[in-house]
Amino acid sequence: MSSSRLLFDEPGPRARRRIRIATALTLLGGAVLVALALRQFGENGQLGADRWRPYGTWPMWGYLLEGLRSTLYAAAVSIVLATAAGVALALGRLSPARWLRVPSAAYVEIVRTVPALLLVYIVLFALPKYGLDLPLFWKLVVPLSVSNAAAFAEIFRAGIRSVERGQLEAGLALGLTRGRAMRLVVLPQAARRVLPSLVSQSAGLLKDTSLGYVVSYAELLYSGKVLANYNHLLIQTYLVIALIYLVINASLAKLARTLEARQRTRPSRAVREAAPAARP
Amino acid sequence: MNVITDHLGEFGDGLLLTVELTLLALAGALATGIAVAAMRVSPVRVLRAAGMAYVEVLQNIPLLVWLVIAVFGLPEIGVIAGLFTTSVIVIALYQGAYTAEAIRSGINAVPAGQGEAARALGLTFVQSLRLVVLPQALRTVVQPLGNIAIMTLMNTALAAAVGVVELTAAANRVNLAEAQPIWIFVTAGLAYMALSAVFGLVTGGLERKLAILR
Repeated sequence: MSSSRLLFDEPGPRARRRIRIATALTLLGGAVLVALALRQFGENGQLGADRWRPYGTWPMWGYLLEGLRSTLYAAAVSIVLATAAGVALALGRLSPARWLRVPSAAYVEIVRTVPALLLVYIVLFALPKYGLDLPLFWKLVVPLSVSNAAAFAEIFRAGIRSVERGQLEAGLALGLTRGRAMRLVVLPQAARRVLPSLVSQSAGLLKDTSLGYVVSYAELLYSGKVLANYNHLLIQTYLVIALIYLVINASLAKLARTLEARQRTRPSRAVREAAPAARP
Repeated sequence: MNVITDHLGEFGDGLLLTVELTLLALAGALATGIAVAAMRVSPVRVLRAAGMAYVEVLQNIPLLVWLVIAVFGLPEIGVIAGLFTTSVIVIALYQGAYTAEAIRSGINAVPAGQGEAARALGLTFVQSLRLVVLPQALRTVVQPLGNIAIMTLMNTALAAAVGVVELTAAANRVNLAEAQPIWIFVTAGLAYMALSAVFGLVTGGLERKLAILR
């Protein structure tokens, strides 16, 4: 880590002793925290083997993994839709035509500052009053796609702008129309550059699918709610669910970092600086 | 349009709660973020690892899962706090992970010579961080912190899912009472946009004021 070199030198004998003391204190503090947590669990009878044994059996896991499958499915469909909309919006914002630029910019700026849950409530409670009652799956996927499309649009816009102007001009000089030069020359390069940001934004979208809890769509979190109502192992169930999310999203985060490291060989700093950090 | 003026009180209460949630959570997130970022650049390996684990665990589990665990799970192990307090703490800890990453990138952007100069003056790790490095790091991350502020505002809406009647929940309640969803949700959306715009203006102003001319 380059940053760690900023604030301290190679430690000498006294510094090493201080570091050892700090290490011991940290470990002690951690142990105290764990002990306190275990005490709370124990005093409230949450440590009994019977409270955890169900999660060593297949039916519970089977039910949760079914929920996970729905989570991944909803996320995949939303990612496809949000990516398609994102590319369209990014091209719209960069288009020379005003009638495309203004609405695209407006969409992105507005949606970025409206909570996803508000969009979910609109789909759940407002649209049916106007005769639009979507199937359950789409009640989750539509608001997710609408809200994430704005984030994907900004990522693609940063990517397209990071491709040197000469690339587009070269395409035009070959006699391609603007649209074809964009599609054949600029977009493929932009897509490659924004891949890490797309992966981390997709991890963010995967987290957003937990709004299924509100929609009553049986993704992972809502499945957990149903399961906890049935087996009364509330805290155990939610901890297992948290663990599943952690494993999946940590893998995605690692993938994003790997892709980014691979790109360092061909730096595209403009993308990394201009692309907004993944939203939650 | 009457539907808005009739329920101005409920909207006002919801808006107030959203603003309170956001500001308190942001204060907590900034404190958490500075502490965790300091851990991640410290000479103590265990602290570095703990800071990294904190960020990974908090960022990779959805905020709604954290809220559900805290609101419905903690009472099961005898930890009971008010709904609003619980929500503020959970959102603060969650956004704290993002804040830590932003601040760490700011620390990395401080020229190495600054840290070396601080050490040459004989400042300890904590002193050089507090007096030399952090003030400069925080100035360079005003923009990312502004984005985190807007993200925090968006995330306070999730508190509605566990029963806090903030702006989103208030809008929904009014909608269930009156059958005019368009006006109600547009009003709520505009309120969020206005709040985001305020954050944007504050961020922009701070950035101009604090910019370091190198």
